[in-house]
Amino acid sequence: MSEQYLIRNARILGGEPTDIAIADGVITAIGADLDLNGAIEVDATGLVALPGLVDLHTHLREPGREDAETVLTGTQAAARGGFTCVHAMANTDPVADTAGVVEQVWRLGREAGFCDVQPIGAVTVGLGGTQLAELGAMADSAADVRVFSDDGKCVSDAVLMRRALEYVKAFDGVVAQHAQEPRLTEGAQMNEGLVSGELGLTGWPAAAEEAIVARDCVLAAHVGSRLHVCHLSTRGSVEIVRWAKSKGWDVTAEVTPHHLLLTDDLVRGYDPIYKVNPPLRTADDVEAVREGLADGTIDIVATDHAPHPMEDKECEWSAAAFGMIGLETALSVVQHTMVDTGLLTWAQVAERMSAAPAHISRVGGGHGRPIAVGEAAHVVLYDDQATRTITPADTASLSRNTPYAGRELPGRVVATFLRGVPTVLDGQLQEVRS
Amino acid sequence: MKKHLLSAGDLTREDAIRVLDTAAELLGVAQRPIKKLPTLRGRTVVNLFFEDSTRTRISFEAAAKRLSADVINFSAKGSSVSKGESLKDTALTLQAMGADAVVIRHHFSGAPHRLAAAGWTNGAVVNAGDGTHEHPTQALLDAFTMRSHLMPGGGVGADLEGKNVTIVGDVLHSRVARSNALLLHTLGANVTLVAPPTLLPVGVDTWPVETSYDLDESLEKADAIMMLRVQRERMNASYFPTEREYSRRYGLDTTRMNRLPDHAIVLHPGPMNRGMEITADVADSGRSVIVEQVTNGVAVRMAVLYLLVGGATNEEEGS
Repeated sequence: MSEQYLIRNARILGGEPTDIAIADGVITAIGADLDLNGAIEVDATGLVALPGLVDLHTHLREPGREDAETVLTGTQAAARGGFTCVHAMANTDPVADTAGVVEQVWRLGREAGFCDVQPIGAVTVGLGGTQLAELGAMADSAADVRVFSDDGKCVSDAVLMRRALEYVKAFDGVVAQHAQEPRLTEGAQMNEGLVSGELGLTGWPAAAEEAIVARDCVLAAHVGSRLHVCHLSTRGSVEIVRWAKSKGWDVTAEVTPHHLLLTDDLVRGYDPIYKVNPPLRTADDVEAVREGLADGTIDIVATDHAPHPMEDKECEWSAAAFGMIGLETALSVVQHTMVDTGLLTWAQVAERMSAAPAHISRVGGGHGRPIAVGEAAHVVLYDDQATRTITPADTASLSRNTPYAGRELPGRVVATFLRGVPTVLDGQLQEVRS
Repeated sequence: MKKHLLSAGDLTREDAIRVLDTAAELLGVAQRPIKKLPTLRGRTVVNLFFEDSTRTRISFEAAAKRLSADVINFSAKGSSVSKGESLKDTALTLQAMGADAVVIRHHFSGAPHRLAAAGWTNGAVVNAGDGTHEHPTQALLDAFTMRSHLMPGGGVGADLEGKNVTIVGDVLHSRVARSNALLLHTLGANVTLVAPPTLLPVGVDTWPVETSYDLDESLEKADAIMMLRVQRERMNASYFPTEREYSRRYGLDTTRMNRLPDHAIVLHPGPMNRGMEITADVADSGRSVIVEQVTNGVAVRMAVLYLLVGGATNEEEGS
């Protein structure tokens, strides 16, 4: 039995101020001047209320790399970012390619209690790209897996990809592809373009992403299955997905916050904080992914939160790990790039960061549902008028590899409610009974 | 001049001419019976080599020693680096030992930038070749060699205004080509890069150079032609079909050399693949200034070390 909360004067999806009453984990009333005896009042004057955010692409690193992140610290970071559900990527050690591992991750999430953790299963055994993992066993497990991905590696074998797409139809699954043609990206360090030519770093051409996106769209159409394109990053990929959708094919796509904001010019100082896969692209690509997210070609924003210990970034560019953390800055970057620019309304942000990702993953638990009476109380209160300067140490993550250090970004998560329990209040993590 | 020499693009025209003129003065030292100046006495120069390069290391070592600096050669092989020590810890160690200059050669592009920018060392960082990025002292010695042959009176005080320089070969992977393109442009020369399309980087059309796929059409106007070393491992990566085909289309043989203007010189940064990008006849011909490049390399590196760590400027700044 959770406590009762009365949120005062929240602007649901940026609308007119209203009160929201929460009891027993459920939204019990919405309206002006509500009364709820014994409820704890939360003053949300001026704050935007959004449904709890859902991240379809999170690296929690546990099991195996608990020096970079654990399920506990990763979900604490998620809560501070306004997320109530994250999808844990499969590239752990051991790989989440069996029912046992996905159930372990799922259970760790429940024990942590800051955020629901929905594991993603590997497509192939050990991410090896040669043999299908037991997808059905993971689907039937307590973790109830519906999203399968070898993220970090591409399922590059066309036959294997076709079989995976076909096979997951039996349980309404989806294959989330890390689109990277491996031969075209051997030794690749950054986007192939003007900057890579100048810096003498091996290029990761847009064509290596687009070739796989195009192939997979056609395969998914051929077998009548669902395809999800992870962290799409180029103008060409946006155009291919737009074309696939125009055909009525069941293709969805995500973009990361960093690909909405950062470009490969940042690589010029060789600081590996900007090293990420897929790489930061050009300003033209940034414009294209923003347009794609605005017009719905790109369905969702997903963080690709990728924690790494300091020593894996404090080194030569080519020796450094790929990836950046992003859970605690995602909403701010989306506000900066999409809302403040007039490309998205808050209702559309809620669609792209809560409803759509929850729908793609078929996740339960009331995630991705609107803020409405009778729904599970997954609610974020967000101060869209605030500004903050990002400091790497100000994070719940074990890692510090944020690319936004020193940058001023708009907005701040004030409170996050998971099933009516505040995981964050006044911007501070709360004690959570799991 | 900037504190570090990381890229040939860091040098203004005035900086570059100052280095070349200083090198011209220092070249005389090599002709003396006692080849030594007291300029860097008490200063420590560390040669930090993560990649084998005997030629470049001994060139820097000779340069530093002729200026009376204490030289520490730190080779990654057989050192703590081969036991997994990071660049950061190596740099902190050298800093603790009081390195005034760190000459770094590294197999990764940008490693000298990391060393200079990350605050791990206070010394001046000199890029002695980083991955497939840059090799600025090579470009300086090439420019020095061209200037002394092509400009009136040995070129002291001059740039390379209007001279046509053709650079041939694996531009994509060449730190020598990148640094030369930048420096020669700064000095007013017209640079043409000649390579098969597979060995030109994406975006080369935005560089301040012309490009061509055809060596023969680039010969007659060239005042200087520089042949780049072609790594044999490129052949297995399908950049070109065979060594013989590469050699036929992009190699410099006597027939092609004879089509160069009479005053034109032939350069090669070494080490050469004789019979691949250059025939033995050409390498050993009177047009070839390849051995002279090596001599000039020591003088140019003396000038760089002198200007970065030795000059009165540094002492005035109290650094």
